[in-house]
Amino acid sequence: MKNYKADFHIHTVLSPCGSLDMSPVNIIQAAKKKHINIIGITDHNATQHTQVAKKIGDREGVFVMCGCEVCTKEDIHCLAFFEKPDEITAFQAYIDKYLPPIPNDPDKFGYQVIVDEDEEIVDELPYYLLSGIDQSMDEVQAEVKSLNGIFIPAHIDRPTFSVTSQLGFVPLDLKPDAFEISKFCSFQKILKLYPYISSYRITQDSDAHFIDDVGCVCNVLELEELSFKSIREYLCTKND
Amino acid sequence: MKVSELIEKLQYNVFSKADTDKEITAGYASDLLSDVMGNSSEGNIWVTMQTHKNVVAVAALKELSAVIFTNSNVPSEESIEAANEENVLLLGTSKGTFEVCGEIYNLLESK
Repeated sequence: MKNYKADFHIHTVLSPCGSLDMSPVNIIQAAKKKHINIIGITDHNATQHTQVAKKIGDREGVFVMCGCEVCTKEDIHCLAFFEKPDEITAFQAYIDKYLPPIPNDPDKFGYQVIVDEDEEIVDELPYYLLSGIDQSMDEVQAEVKSLNGIFIPAHIDRPTFSVTSQLGFVPLDLKPDAFEISKFCSFQKILKLYPYISSYRITQDSDAHFIDDVGCVCNVLELEELSFKSIREYLCTKND
Repeated sequence: MKVSELIEKLQYNVFSKADTDKEITAGYASDLLSDVMGNSSEGNIWVTMQTHKNVVAVAALKELSAVIFTNSNVPSEESIEAANEENVLLLGTSKGTFEVCGEIYNLLESK
């Protein structure tokens, strides 16, 4: 067994609110500098940067979890991760089907650009990515599970865009793989509020939108090997 | 004013089997359940687009007189079942939240 540091929640420049220097290559370098071994690439309703990040990560020795931060019909943010490229593609098609076609206004909301390994802009996504898709949290969870993915309600302590802000409390029948809290919260605090989630793994991630925030909080995972499967096993077991 | 009178006057759809004899103290409009938990009062009629099952739990906890779903939003079977068990009245309309608040406000003020 070996210890690995993980920050599962990082935005790239593709998110309209992501800083322009959040290119996949810069994020990987920042993670390396901070000795973060595992990073989650989680743009709002978008997975288009995951494969280039994975490629750079493989070369640089940073394990990339490919996913996104979905915004549900209730305006709840949830992290979803997938192992295989075809699962990612299928999940992106599902999001695109239900994302409202509201054009993005880069002057107001920020750019939604896709860049390559050399940080050249190769594409721009037309529709505003922070919209809630026309699917409930339960429906999104079912879709993630049907594609063999990992489902984690994001920053559940936050007063906006969280399961608790939108639905008042964590629904008793919600069965995700894990829960995430923000850097502003503590494990003790969240368990005091919602003791019934103590049987779940709770991660704490940076939700970085700026390069200096990458890895500002992280999780230490004890793993047999560095793989999607072993990370899933870690996430699906209870906090120590 | 009782909820039954409001239903009769404004012709809202009724989704759950619950007591319509409750007195409406005032209205509260919000789609954030955390906000409703903090700021609504007993007997309020709650105007919302949110249809998750937690709505029923919050309405029961706060002893609200009814919940009305706007913009043609319809509660799930699960929500209706929970509402029947908890004696929470779920109503619905195709009208938007602004219009619904206006008509309920006028009705309550005219009393």
